[in-house]
Amino acid sequence: MMPRVAGVLSRVAGLLLLAALGGASGDLDQVMALLAQRQHGRVEFIEQQFLAVLKRPVESSGELRYDAPDRLEKRTLLPKKETLELAGGILTTQRGARRRVLDLHRYPQILPLVESIRATLAGDRAALERVFRIEFAGSVERWSLTLEPLDQELLRTVKQVQIDGSRDQLHRIEIRQADGDRSLMTLRTPAAP
Amino acid sequence: MNRQRTRAAALWVCCVALASIVVARAHYITDLSAFLPAHPTPTQQLLVDQLRDGPASRLILAAIDQGERSARARVSMAMARRLRADPQFASVNNGEPVSAQRDREFLFRHRYLLSDRVTAAHFSADGLHAAIADSIEELASPAGLLLKSLLPTDPTGEMLHILDELERMPQPATADGIWVSPSGTRALLVAQTAAGGSDTDAQESAIKAIRAAFIAALSESPDSGTKALQLKLSGPGVFAVDARAKIERAAVRLSIVSGILVVTLLFAVYRSATALALGLAPVASGAVIGVAAVALGFGAVHGITLGFGITLIGESVDYSIYFFVQSHATAAQSWQRAWWPTIRLGMLTSVVGFASLLPSGFPGLAQLGLYSISGLVAAALVTRFVLPALLPRGFVIHDVAPLGARVAGLLRPVRRTSGRAIAAFAVALAGAALVVLLRHQGTLWNRELAALSPISAADQDFDAKLRADLGAADVRELVVVSGPTLESALELAEHAATALAVLVDAKVIGAFDSPANYLPSMATQKARRDSLPDARQLRANIRQASADLGLNEAVLQPFFADVESARQAPLIGAQDLQGTSLGTGFDALIMHQKNRWNAILPLHAAAGAQAVDTARVRAALQEAQLTAAQALDLKQESDGLYAGYLTEAIRMSLTGVLAIIVLLLVALRSPLRVARVMAPLLLAVLAVAAGLALSGVQLTILHLVGMLLIVAVGSNYALFFDRQASVHEPGGESLTLASLVIANASTVIAFGLLSFSQIPVLVALGATVAPGAFLALLFAAVLARTEPPRA
Repeated sequence: MMPRVAGVLSRVAGLLLLAALGGASGDLDQVMALLAQRQHGRVEFIEQQFLAVLKRPVESSGELRYDAPDRLEKRTLLPKKETLELAGGILTTQRGARRRVLDLHRYPQILPLVESIRATLAGDRAALERVFRIEFAGSVERWSLTLEPLDQELLRTVKQVQIDGSRDQLHRIEIRQADGDRSLMTLRTPAAP
Repeated sequence: MNRQRTRAAALWVCCVALASIVVARAHYITDLSAFLPAHPTPTQQLLVDQLRDGPASRLILAAIDQGERSARARVSMAMARRLRADPQFASVNNGEPVSAQRDREFLFRHRYLLSDRVTAAHFSADGLHAAIADSIEELASPAGLLLKSLLPTDPTGEMLHILDELERMPQPATADGIWVSPSGTRALLVAQTAAGGSDTDAQESAIKAIRAAFIAALSESPDSGTKALQLKLSGPGVFAVDARAKIERAAVRLSIVSGILVVTLLFAVYRSATALALGLAPVASGAVIGVAAVALGFGAVHGITLGFGITLIGESVDYSIYFFVQSHATAAQSWQRAWWPTIRLGMLTSVVGFASLLPSGFPGLAQLGLYSISGLVAAALVTRFVLPALLPRGFVIHDVAPLGARVAGLLRPVRRTSGRAIAAFAVALAGAALVVLLRHQGTLWNRELAALSPISAADQDFDAKLRADLGAADVRELVVVSGPTLESALELAEHAATALAVLVDAKVIGAFDSPANYLPSMATQKARRDSLPDARQLRANIRQASADLGLNEAVLQPFFADVESARQAPLIGAQDLQGTSLGTGFDALIMHQKNRWNAILPLHAAAGAQAVDTARVRAALQEAQLTAAQALDLKQESDGLYAGYLTEAIRMSLTGVLAIIVLLLVALRSPLRVARVMAPLLLAVLAVAAGLALSGVQLTILHLVGMLLIVAVGSNYALFFDRQASVHEPGGESLTLASLVIANASTVIAFGLLSFSQIPVLVALGATVAPGAFLALLFAAVLARTEPPRA
């Protein structure tokens, strides 16, 4: 009897474990699928940067726009107007009259920062996995994605990117740098007009 | 008599030997200077220098086409790596940030000498506050990650400012980390040779090195992606090398083919190897003496003069033909009496025509004038004095009188036609040609220098496309300032930059480059260094500035140390730039000649504009009282130069025709006879010009030279008919006709072949002279009077 019960239990446990594991992987895929379905997005953001060189955090706020699959625009409204546009691996920044164009291929240090957000918004798991080791926690309704650069060189600047969200919405992006500086971006869907 | 003959032959051998020595030791130039004025104005001199050795002349543009995108990038990088190690190249740029590390170190170390923001005000409490606040804001952008480590040493952001300023020049598109065309289908690479563009040998060797690097890069990664790759090169050096090879090939091939044809023709006529060999003596002597005369007269011979030299064969070979054919019936002495005066007049006519080219400001044309004059005189004199001496006793060539009789037979219907009808026909033909020319008046002449270029339109289009892709590398408009020292040139460049910056803001021009961007003048560097506050003052200013910025003052220790050491550091000179890409940028924009230093500021058109408004640039420079600054549009200037030559050449040719008429009036002493001699020549020129216009050909300076040749060669024909009409000797007409037909056939063969070459210059000559010479003979024959004038 006992061995049979134990056998059944262990088999059930095994099934449960499988289900749990399958569920986690399935949830990531489901979140990615949900994200991939979105063609456009527009959210408001507040960003705080905690830097060792400064006594207090730098705060900025504005709007993030996204068009599938690779166009990302960050419009900072406060404290100073600045736009930042990512399209096809080219980052263009505009502050006042000054316009800068950065080819991200030339700045591999920045690439993961931008790519973490872009690939997540695009629901492009393969792209994420090319640069990061992914850890998924939570459920489709409330998920948390922890990204760690695979490249040792990159790890020396960026330690970790954590993105929290629910379904196809991103709520919070935290970037931790290797030297202890970090930035925190909170996102909010603007109230329907 | 015999002694006199021997003396003539000996003199001839001596002259030819001496001329051969001169020819062998002469200096030959193949660069563009044949097209540039002998006594240039300062602007023209600048243009000449720019075209010969300026930065634009040293660029080789390479495009890697076809194949796969990643393969193109891989090959571009492998090629660039190889070429960068080659001392033939001053720089090789394919968009990779290779020298970036060294450049950044240099810029960072000297940032307080290089940044134009460094002033006393910038380092005051207020200035520091503004600059640091700006830097802190920059930290918020993604690039902030890169800037963060800079903040403690460079809180005012000078490094970023310098980089921004350097990147203001338009940059090509990039993909996979290298330059590509906007559509991404071509990888682009720009090599700047160390040697000037006028050094065609060096350019050729550089081109070979690039091709070799491409092949080597392909073999490094042989896969399906690289197999289809193609390398295409363009640029002034590539064109020069290509043109030289084409002209050399064409000259050799055409000389051989036309040589064979003319020799065959002459052999068929003379049926005597002796006559053939003797017949070439005047031609060869003329060519050697012509080149020697140019070498002595001008110090150096332009390659293009030799190219034109073929033209000489056309006329000088005629002399020996006249001699052999016409002396057939008589002894050499009676030929000298009966025919030589006519040949002499024909030669003088040609000499007068070509003499009109001598004062030309276009060295190529002036040399052609001297070459033709000396060559023709030599050939005629050899025919007159040496050939009779060399002729074996009792020598005769095959009798050609039957040929002349047959031609006379062909002319018989014409001879039966009334003079009035023929005159009416001539007038009608001239009128029709004039109508055609007037209709095409606006487009008759091509005033662009490119019309003379041996480069095909397709190659020129490809070049323009590559330049558009590269944006930055296209240098067409530029401002040049010059001073007696490097320092003064740099100071003037800085002064000009102030004026040009206003135009950039007004969007008149898009951007400009300046050597002072890479190396500011000593005066500017010193002013910047002097404006840095001492350690105590700097700390006080920073304390005041950072009060409300939330900046951790303690992190700024490296900044204090750097400013203090910048205050003590020596100024930088040109030698400090060595080994950085800034050094290459600087070298390309500074030219040192004898006691002048030229600083070149290339201008880039404003976004959306095709070209720079040079007039507004000039006005701005004048307003800034930069009288020593010159704004140049390279294409416009060179076209202007050429258009000037063309106008000058047209005027000179007309003068030449007038001079010929005067000469004939003096020699023939009869306006009517002069009119009879000139009419067929002018008619032939008009008909050829109209024919070219009708077939859509725009006339260039070479067509004009061709027309002068029609008159030169044709005047012999017309004069022989004139002679025939006045002496009216028995059997004379058929001898005249035979010699003229043979002479004409050799001319038409030699020039007809030219029109089959791929060199526009040669095609222009061939297409003008071949039909023109034929028409001149035809018209001269038709218009000739066979009856002696009834006095």
